[in-house]
Amino acid sequence: MSREPERSAGLPAALVPLAGLALAFLLLPVLGLVVRAPWRSMPEVLSRPDVADALRLSLLCASLASVVCVVLGVPLAWLLARATFRGRSLLRALVTVPLVLPPVVGGVALFTALGRTGIVGRWLDQWFGITLPFTTAGVVVAEAFVAMPFLVISVEGALRGVDRRFEDAAATLGATRWYTFRRVTLPIVAPGVVAGAVLSWARALGEFGATITFAGNFPGTTRTMPVEVYLALQRDPAAAIALSLVLLVVSVGVLAVLRERWLGSRV
Amino acid sequence: MSEDAAPNGASLEADLYVRRGSFALTMRFGVAAGEVVAILGPNGAGKSTALRALAGLLPLHRGHVRLDGAVLDDAAAGVRLPPERRPVGLVFQDYLLFPHLSARENVAFGLRARGVGRAAAGARADVALAGVGLADVGDRKPRQLSGGEAQRVALARVLVTEPRLVLLDEPLAALDAGSRLQVRADLRRQLAGFGGATVLVTHDALDAFVLADRLVVLEEGAVVQAGTPTEVARRPRTDYVARLVGLNLYRGVAHGTSVTLDTGAVVASAHHATGRVLVAFPPAAVTVHREQPHGSARNAWPVTVVRQEQHADTVRVWLTGPLDVAADLTPLSVGELRLEPGAEVWAAVKAMETMVYPS
Repeated sequence: MSREPERSAGLPAALVPLAGLALAFLLLPVLGLVVRAPWRSMPEVLSRPDVADALRLSLLCASLASVVCVVLGVPLAWLLARATFRGRSLLRALVTVPLVLPPVVGGVALFTALGRTGIVGRWLDQWFGITLPFTTAGVVVAEAFVAMPFLVISVEGALRGVDRRFEDAAATLGATRWYTFRRVTLPIVAPGVVAGAVLSWARALGEFGATITFAGNFPGTTRTMPVEVYLALQRDPAAAIALSLVLLVVSVGVLAVLRERWLGSRV
Repeated sequence: MSEDAAPNGASLEADLYVRRGSFALTMRFGVAAGEVVAILGPNGAGKSTALRALAGLLPLHRGHVRLDGAVLDDAAAGVRLPPERRPVGLVFQDYLLFPHLSARENVAFGLRARGVGRAAAGARADVALAGVGLADVGDRKPRQLSGGEAQRVALARVLVTEPRLVLLDEPLAALDAGSRLQVRADLRRQLAGFGGATVLVTHDALDAFVLADRLVVLEEGAVVQAGTPTEVARRPRTDYVARLVGLNLYRGVAHGTSVTLDTGAVVASAHHATGRVLVAFPPAAVTVHREQPHGSARNAWPVTVVRQEQHADTVRVWLTGPLDVAADLTPLSVGELRLEPGAEVWAAVKAMETMVYPS
């Protein structure tokens, strides 16, 4: 990979202070968390069983939501990148709606679709006895709803970048389309899938609005870390800072590890 | 004339008509088992289109493709075997080795796709790699291979699936001049050991002459000439082929041993002919003189020097006059004759040196 030579000569000087301001704006709150963290009471806060429950639940739901995103999002990305049909650009725009939708609105929307009396949820309830709202599965659904666009966009971009003649080569070597997809296309776009999965995992881990709206706030089953932080802030601000720090460390840590391992040479 | 190119008992019989936008390819040819046919033509002539159609990557609008009697394509009957079900291998110009697989896994890919187990496919891949002289690169990734090695891995990847037809798209174009000679020689040997039909596409005359038993020359989507390398080189039918084989070529009408060119110039030849003909002679047969030369059965035309180009030990001089002529001279004679652009001289060719053949 050749890099552009470093060039600062053409940079308008007026941009530098603004860029500095942006950087400060982005980093100061994080710094604030670290500075104001109640380091002494940290062990006590972290050993509380409800905190451990919330953290465990958050990690589990975010991971399950990422799996849902990958399993359903990769085929959708493939459809958007490869199939030609009327209304494809409209569909692509619709897929990104959860990105711009306020999460609370997303939660309400999920109710209308998957709630016990929702347009689909009604049948899930009647036929299978499945109820999603206010369950752990509901948390996963809410998180996957807001996180999937990240994966779809990332994988679609990767698929568009694949030289399709690799697939021609596989076909002339006797590979069916399914075999080609599994053994050629998917491995080539793997970095894009991993990047998308990591992004959607991080988004799911931090999900608050849609989750609390659709799944509620039940300790042990739907009270995830962001909800726990929000509740703690009202009772005990120091504990909220401690929990926030935990969430920060976990998400940054996981991102750093994955980045190192999967994307190290590419990013 | 292209129809004549199909030998009896052809393994591949192709009658291609492919449209792509405003471009149309019309091509009919055959290839015997064990034979190598080169499709030679300038960029945009439709060479790669022909290969993609044979591989099943492009549909035919009309025509058919048969291989060892089996129908791969029949546009009229609506038959089109998908690429993965054709016993046809295609080596792409830039090889397209799968970047995430090792050389061995690349070669084993076609076998694995056919359901051969991992261990058996790996073992056969190793044999195939050894067959192209690359026994020790199996564990390397494509980016760790040189251009020549990648070319041979790509060939092994195709040959290991035991195709009945191998297609090579510009097999040497991606290589630097240094490795080209060796890879060309290796490729010739490997193709000689392959029992099926081979079609290779190239715009390089040397590749075509070295590798192919027969040439099909394609220009603007149509076959303009077909034959053995010797036939094509001796009797070019178009300006493109004449340039490739380095001959001066003209069209005209013959009356006995005299040919009146379409430009009005008259060329004397040693052979009797009548009707529309092509006249060709090599630049080395052209002599250049300050004064009008005299002699029996000799053509001489007053010409002006247009430009010149230095080759290894000759100088090619382009001359214009009653006809455009390229002449190969020694640097010494260029100096002695003071052949600057614009100089007015005489170009001469002995009648014996001209070839006259029906157009």
